[in-house]
Amino acid sequence: MNMTHTIKHHLTPEILMAYSAGNLPEAFGLIVATHVSMCDTCRADLESYDAVGGVVIDDAETAEVSSNAFAATMKLISAGDAVPVSPRRSTGTLPSPLQDYVGGDLSAINWKPLGMGVKQAILPTSKAATARLLYIPAGAAVPDHGHNGTEMTLVLQGAFVDEEDRFARGDVEVANEDLEHTPIADVGEDCICLAVTDAPLKFNAFLPRLAQRFLRI
Amino acid sequence: MSNTTKDWTAQIYAIRDKQDQAAFAELFAHFAPRVKGFLMKSGADASLAEECTQEVMATLWRKAHMFDPARASAATWIYTIARNRKIDALRKQRRPEPEDLPWGPEAEPEQADAIGLKQETEQLAVAIKELPEKQRSLIEQAYFGDLSHSEIAEITGLPLGTIKSRIRLALERLRHAMK
Repeated sequence: MNMTHTIKHHLTPEILMAYSAGNLPEAFGLIVATHVSMCDTCRADLESYDAVGGVVIDDAETAEVSSNAFAATMKLISAGDAVPVSPRRSTGTLPSPLQDYVGGDLSAINWKPLGMGVKQAILPTSKAATARLLYIPAGAAVPDHGHNGTEMTLVLQGAFVDEEDRFARGDVEVANEDLEHTPIADVGEDCICLAVTDAPLKFNAFLPRLAQRFLRI
Repeated sequence: MSNTTKDWTAQIYAIRDKQDQAAFAELFAHFAPRVKGFLMKSGADASLAEECTQEVMATLWRKAHMFDPARASAATWIYTIARNRKIDALRKQRRPEPEDLPWGPEAEPEQADAIGLKQETEQLAVAIKELPEKQRSLIEQAYFGDLSHSEIAEITGLPLGTIKSRIRLALERLRHAMK
């Protein structure tokens, strides 16, 4: 799944550093792991933040381990199973970290209609943030909306265009309070995205606001 | 040679190739107290930190065949194992991980790449040591899990350009081996 050269829109440094520090809500961890599976630029950035972690742990204050710690660890080693060497790598449209949550590739997604052909599937993550897959028919629009918190959208199939730019497979758009946008799917192909939010979206029309209550958008 | 710049590749290869307990003992003496200190700073009590440290060190042994010195120093690699254990033990949520890149003999790193990565890691350690005390302590806090995202945004401007390009080269080599 090497498409590094085609990806234009990347993760932000702070989200990569927070992932490296193990400090992200699960839903944001999912979008980072999925994008990094598709993007070697961000994988290298992430691993350089891991290198900072390596410097921190090497310089950190030590804590004395118990006197039998080495023997206890050798016991763990002889009791444990070998780590399997077969790599975890996807051959489908969805990268492996996402397939782990969906339970398969595109055909396994449990879509719920949102109207106008738009569909969503909420993925099971911890409550601190929400991850959902969005299905936007070719040429259709997601209702005009703003954001209370941070919304990150990663394109998995097709492409969408909004007031900012065009986003194709592997591209990620990071939206915050300042951005109000109406994403429209490219006419060529239905668009499938992973969208992650840490606060509800603000829709600007009355009907979507009603729907918001029922559909947990 | 200071601890930070010590190269542990030979010890990890000795574990991988010969299940060498003496080499493992050397790694253990250096890293186990650091892993335990890191876990306690991250909020684990002493007994949980002790238990997790032994598991982290056991994982190091079992995954020795996956260590790639052209892509990460031993300290970096052990940090990621400890970080993962920390999330599992303290945060109790699932931990999505990126897809694997290939490992193993077909992608055995060139010595020159490993040396290059080692030099970049040393320079990074020096650069971090030379930062003003306040900024250095913020970086530590970020990795111990005490900073919000907006606070992290203020310290991401680290001198990472050269180590990034070095890691990118290692990734290209792995991608090439996949074809």
